[in-house]
Amino acid sequence: MATFTLHVNGNQKTVDVSPDTPLLWVLRDTLQLTGTKFGCGAGLCGACGVHVDGALTRSCTMQVSQAAGKNIKTIEGLGANGLHPLQQAWIAEDVPQCGYCQSGQIMAAASLLAKTPHPSDDEITEYMSGNICRCGTYDRIRRAIRRASNAGGAK
Amino acid sequence: MSSLSRRAFLGTSAAAGAGVAIGFYLPSRAHAEAEVAFSPNAYLTITPDGKITIVVARSEMGQGVWTSLPMILAEELEADWKQITIEQAGASTLFGDQGTGGSASVRTTWDPMRKAGAQAREMLISAAAQEWSVAPASCKAASSFVMHSTSSRKLSYGALATKAGKLPVPDNPPLKHGAYKIVGRPIPRLDTPSKVNGSAIYGMDFRVPGMQYAALARCESIGGKVAGFDATAAQQVPGVSLVGKISDSAVAVVADSTWNAIKARRALKITWDEGPNKNLSSTAILDSLQNADDRKAVKFFTVGDVSKVSGRKIEASYQLPFMAHAPMEPGNTTAHFRGTECEIWSPTQVPQDCRDNVAQVLGLKPEKVKVNITLLGGGFGRRLEYDYAVEAALVSKAIHAPVKVVWTREDDMRCSTYRPLSLHKLSATLDEDGWPLAITHRIITPSINGQKGSQLTNGADPDLADQGPLIYLVPNLSLESIITETPVPLGWMRSVYALQTGFASESFLDELAAAARKDPLEYRLHLLAKDEEVKCGGSTWSTARMRGVLQLAAEKAGWSKPLPAGRYRGIACFGSFNSYAAEVVEISMEKGEPRVQRVVSALDCGTVVNPNILEQQIQGGVIYALTNALRAQITIDKGRVVQGNFDDYQPIRMNEAPVVEAYFVPSTEPPTGAGEPPVPPLAPALCNAIYSASKKRIRALPILS
Repeated sequence: MATFTLHVNGNQKTVDVSPDTPLLWVLRDTLQLTGTKFGCGAGLCGACGVHVDGALTRSCTMQVSQAAGKNIKTIEGLGANGLHPLQQAWIAEDVPQCGYCQSGQIMAAASLLAKTPHPSDDEITEYMSGNICRCGTYDRIRRAIRRASNAGGAK
Repeated sequence: MSSLSRRAFLGTSAAAGAGVAIGFYLPSRAHAEAEVAFSPNAYLTITPDGKITIVVARSEMGQGVWTSLPMILAEELEADWKQITIEQAGASTLFGDQGTGGSASVRTTWDPMRKAGAQAREMLISAAAQEWSVAPASCKAASSFVMHSTSSRKLSYGALATKAGKLPVPDNPPLKHGAYKIVGRPIPRLDTPSKVNGSAIYGMDFRVPGMQYAALARCESIGGKVAGFDATAAQQVPGVSLVGKISDSAVAVVADSTWNAIKARRALKITWDEGPNKNLSSTAILDSLQNADDRKAVKFFTVGDVSKVSGRKIEASYQLPFMAHAPMEPGNTTAHFRGTECEIWSPTQVPQDCRDNVAQVLGLKPEKVKVNITLLGGGFGRRLEYDYAVEAALVSKAIHAPVKVVWTREDDMRCSTYRPLSLHKLSATLDEDGWPLAITHRIITPSINGQKGSQLTNGADPDLADQGPLIYLVPNLSLESIITETPVPLGWMRSVYALQTGFASESFLDELAAAARKDPLEYRLHLLAKDEEVKCGGSTWSTARMRGVLQLAAEKAGWSKPLPAGRYRGIACFGSFNSYAAEVVEISMEKGEPRVQRVVSALDCGTVVNPNILEQQIQGGVIYALTNALRAQITIDKGRVVQGNFDDYQPIRMNEAPVVEAYFVPSTEPPTGAGEPPVPPLAPALCNAIYSASKKRIRALPILS
């Protein structure tokens, strides 16, 4: 066990866990931020996506020791004041079905729009293909990203 | 118990968003009827503050029942939709079979939910009529008010609740026929807000104070057992509190966090008894299906006599592999055994099976097991099994504390139940013009129901008839099956047998059309040209409705217009779960592989409750089916499942997901299935498009193997 200080959604948190614990499980079990999901445990599906110092990161394959001292943003902290434009767009398009992958989808989309505020359809597809949705919400995810983008949305 | 205390009793676990509160345990409605609240039936409570709570007795696994089922009740209630709060029922004795599967939620609760709403509406109208000393017929209900038609008087449902609760409940309240205000509208899903901000609680997210976490090492050899284990290294992992055998085939590791449990499980040294199937392989199982072909087939649907027909013979065989459901949320259940009772929180499609089987393994009476249903991170049939719940109950009993059993993706892939592999032998006799005089479809498959201990009907799985109808008007038809055995655990996976039977029979139809040199759409329409009702198994099919979806899909896809260069298309239609689906798949070919560019899907599922959710179900069904068609394949080698994660079992991602255009036939027929019927036509329509592009027939799935 060891102590690590994390900056999660603007709050400083100190956790006492094994250094090899994936950030995912620290967020979920220790900090009770369960919006970040466990899907594959191997960096393949994107359900665990968070932002670490602004970069889209698979929290299931990042050890907590690597995340220490960095700024971590999860779905719970995505909207600084209320909902992020992407979350609003997700609601407007009624994207989720089971919803389990959607935190990761939204975090990925937020990362895309932060870099590319007005992505082309191909850019959306390329960037979002790191994530898996078994319910098949891809069409509506595309629509929601376009909607947020058209609304001026990366902020 | 008053409404307020009942509400408090329900717990505070999830204020999941506007309009959605989740009650985790449903007490007997007898308590809620007392005093001030109005609760004429198990589905509904109206409190004097005007709040309308509708109970959803099926599981929300993405298909939208938290929204669509309350809409049905609210319609008859004449409720203001904005006042609706929903409550998720747990396992209960009040709602009949609560299994969520078979695309049955809307079609089987349509009548009870309508009746529940209509009962309340009539009682509220009577209460107002009494209040005003007027005839009930002079009053009408709308938007959660009762109004008197000849005066300006009106009273809200909240104001009428206590009085209405003292009136007799009508047995046969009048029901609406059309002129719907809520049903048929694309109302946004009530669960969406909680699913975009991380607050939705799935089984994996559920926690109770003092809860431990468990990972199980299960024998991955099918039919194998634990021979012995050395817990030394596992026990040295920090936070580990217990390592112990939990069943013949599994060792449980309990720890203070999910990660410590998973890590300690990796450190476990287990000696496995691989059991009787250690040489089993998919190839051998497929051979056994081939070899079973000389066994006598059981005919379960016959028209005319196929043996007495002569003409041009066409034959083809099709095969499909085992497939895995692979819902995004791996298996899990939280259990709290308290000595004489047990409470379960599970993402389950079968709460009552969980209750009964947990009770059995714990030696408790079923009424001593409470089963709460969390949100499900996908189901697709995987959660029609109750294995997670039984494991959690056993571990909780072993540690006398609440525990969450968590499966990893590899556990889900390798210790699951699977869509059975199958072999399909089709033969037809064509007349001089190329029209079929006879078609035989022989299905060689292990039986899901048979393996699970259900009685087969004269040696046939009764689901094959319901999920494999051949409704073309051909003078001689034979649907027949040969049921084989396999030790590989089988399960019901989205669209169940209809995926296999639809792929085979609709691919074959295309082969016949090609042999006859006729357009595949025209060929199908010709064989459905007469209006007839065809009974197959327990379902009755209308040729007119099948023509309807074919024509709708063809029209929207522009079937009669030429395609741009390099584009090809195929069509297929299939009936399952009492609904009719047709799809046109448009592809291009890149390096010899199909690239699906566009799918047009048309569905006739009777009355559409919520077109917004129906579009999701159609799009989702098509995407799920596309994974099945392109590369979903579970293989067995040395008695074990080979695939382990999304690197070797690859669901399609956005870069392979085509635009899916969803259409439905306007209808006033009672609602029928929506979640599964769009699945079966996809693979044959895609393979028919590949034939159109390459003149190559794909007769075995997956396409990209």
